[in-house]
Amino acid sequence: MQKKTAYSFPDEILEHVFSFIQSDKDRNAASVVCKSWYEIERWCRRKVFVGNCYAVSPTMVIRRFPDIRSIELKGKPHFADFNLVPDGWGGYVLPWISKMAGAYPWLEEIRLKRMVVTDESLELVAKSFTNLQVLVLFSCEGFSTDGLAAIAAGCKNLRELDLRDSEVDDLSGHWLNHFPDTYTSLVSLNISCLGSDDVSFSALERLVGRCPNLRRLLLNREVPLDKIANLLSRAPQLIEFGTGTYAAELRSDVYSNLVEAFCNCKELKSLSGFWDAVPAYLPVIYSVCSRLTSLNLSYAPIQNPDLTKLVSQCPSLQRMLVLDYIEDSGLEVLASSCKDLQELRVFPSDPFGEEPNVSLTEKGLVAVSSGCPKLQSVLYFCRQMSNAALVTIAQNCPNFTRFRLCLLDPKIADYRTLQPLDVGFGAIVEHCKDLRRLSLSGLLTDCVFEYIGMHAKKLEMLSVAFAGESDLALHHVLSGCESLRKLEIMNCPFGDKALLANAAKLETMRSLWMSSCSVSLGACKMLGQKMPRLNIEVMDEKGPPDSRAESDPVDKLYIYRSVAGPRFDMPPFVWTMDEDFASELS
Amino acid sequence: MEGSVGYDNDLNLKATELRLGLPGTEPVSIVRRNKRSLQQVADDDCGVNGCKSDDQNETAPPPPKAQIVGWPPIRSYRKNNIQTKKNESEGGGIYVKVSMDGAPYLRKIDLKVYSGYPELLQAIENMFKFTIGEYSEREGYKGSDYAPTYEDKDGDWMLVGDVPWEMFITSCKRLRIMKGSEARGLGRGV
Repeated sequence: MQKKTAYSFPDEILEHVFSFIQSDKDRNAASVVCKSWYEIERWCRRKVFVGNCYAVSPTMVIRRFPDIRSIELKGKPHFADFNLVPDGWGGYVLPWISKMAGAYPWLEEIRLKRMVVTDESLELVAKSFTNLQVLVLFSCEGFSTDGLAAIAAGCKNLRELDLRDSEVDDLSGHWLNHFPDTYTSLVSLNISCLGSDDVSFSALERLVGRCPNLRRLLLNREVPLDKIANLLSRAPQLIEFGTGTYAAELRSDVYSNLVEAFCNCKELKSLSGFWDAVPAYLPVIYSVCSRLTSLNLSYAPIQNPDLTKLVSQCPSLQRMLVLDYIEDSGLEVLASSCKDLQELRVFPSDPFGEEPNVSLTEKGLVAVSSGCPKLQSVLYFCRQMSNAALVTIAQNCPNFTRFRLCLLDPKIADYRTLQPLDVGFGAIVEHCKDLRRLSLSGLLTDCVFEYIGMHAKKLEMLSVAFAGESDLALHHVLSGCESLRKLEIMNCPFGDKALLANAAKLETMRSLWMSSCSVSLGACKMLGQKMPRLNIEVMDEKGPPDSRAESDPVDKLYIYRSVAGPRFDMPPFVWTMDEDFASELS
Repeated sequence: MEGSVGYDNDLNLKATELRLGLPGTEPVSIVRRNKRSLQQVADDDCGVNGCKSDDQNETAPPPPKAQIVGWPPIRSYRKNNIQTKKNESEGGGIYVKVSMDGAPYLRKIDLKVYSGYPELLQAIENMFKFTIGEYSEREGYKGSDYAPTYEDKDGDWMLVGDVPWEMFITSCKRLRIMKGSEARGLGRGV
């Protein structure tokens, strides 16, 4: 396989050394040292992460890495989560499964995000990968419970089945029955996204009862509260649990059963679910609260004082997801009780209401930033912000890695000074030197982008909406943010100049999304011709771009680097701009 | 009867339909491509060519709160979760799955962006590239092999168009374009 010199190690030793190198970056670095290292490394790489399923073809992956055991694929752009990517755009997993079926019979782990997965794909998975242990379908769609039945029946070694946030067509709750009676290896099951007909409860109970290693169980909303105790008593070893609907009439037997069940779960550290939660049943989890490191109440319509009381009992919290019912007062309690807090997400209970329905303002976030020294990751929806608050937050939390602020009115100014929020966000990027992800909102001029380009050197993902005044803003980001991998922009007045001037930068990034901006068709064509290693995809539901003028702005633009060339599975409303584009149309 | 679905004449739904705006004005439809919502925010600094405004909507009265596609950035299942609690659903979308017998992929649409059955059916026809037949109260959909059906809150499968639009969008759980004899079975004759 390689030339041996007096100074080279035998392959087996190098392979053994490489087995300690887990990170892709390090493996990639090792593989370019010399040809023999490249060869040895590619034969012993076991895990592949493909951040954009169109950046490379399955054939190419298989050719380079012949013996993969774990694959992760991502499909649609992030803004698909907010309905900005029309249905039928792409991200189909079947071509990957088909090719891997023959090449990787020993595949153990499949993780997919924002991909279209059909029942046919799942059936093929079940048939081809008898050793499959992990199947994660994160925000996927296109499959039904029939596909899940095939997985249950076929994957005898399955440990983890996680359908988080996926859209599943519910046909029958009996898919769970397809796990054979001899199947006992389940460790993690997340079915929280399933609908009403999707889960046969008795099958679930039997499954839980015979799997002694089950550590993580996230139920769907339809599982009633009075069934939980029984389920928990069959799985007291759970570490992570998600309830179903958390509403029921108060009955003392149900209540005391729940208290006992939760009390017996001595290792429970994470709770979620709580759909439709009523305050009456909250105290049943009190015995667990002191141990909780993660609590997701973002589906619970619980308000203060019940909500605050619950939070105050959880001093070990590291991760907190909640609705804005917590209000500033509740966040102050969180700040004083939860000194280990690392991640906070506050979602809006009434995002489309004209008037605020709760008293949640910038003050809550300031309080948490001040009281929780380990705070690293924030997602915060609110209705008002000030530069002063953002500066304080930045100074309190120089360790932020992720900061996403969403002001419900996207172009709202500093409510105290009526100035743009440039200075505030500028402080964030200046003080938080490890910031990897940032989402902006509020009234913002080109200035904030100048700050970002100047300071945000570790920034990998930036989300922008309704911000900036000119192309200079986009230029600052593209020329200044050295670590930028993903940039997504909606409704900003950015046009051709910055894009064309920074075309080379785009090859160093995973992708760029621009919708409702001012990039012209002509510029897209030019980029397509100049940059063969970029796929320039123009999306327009109104009709083919050739029918319009070169200066017309395109509706949606998605640019990504690829070594696989343009894709061929595009729907009618997506066009690739490449050298052939002009000739294709004539 | 004009068009592939001559709704208004047969069902006289317009008379029973609730809509925004003064009587006598055309209802304003909030569709995906509609940039009119930016008028509210785009007073001054939208920059060069920043905001397209749809000409035909400039004359229509703007709705109380125009919903911008993609803002606030909340995922559909969270929006739907909030929806089920509100009695008067002014904001937020009503997302339902649309499947078609024989088509491999499911779609998802927001019923709130359509102002009535004609628009909805047109959109579904475009989405799946087929034609729905003509609707009549007595005979259901004639003229094609397909019939649009929906599952309501009680779990019953109904023919799309049987109930007034407002009732439909609040009770529809999902849509299914049925093919063949199953579709004809849902036709009238009762």
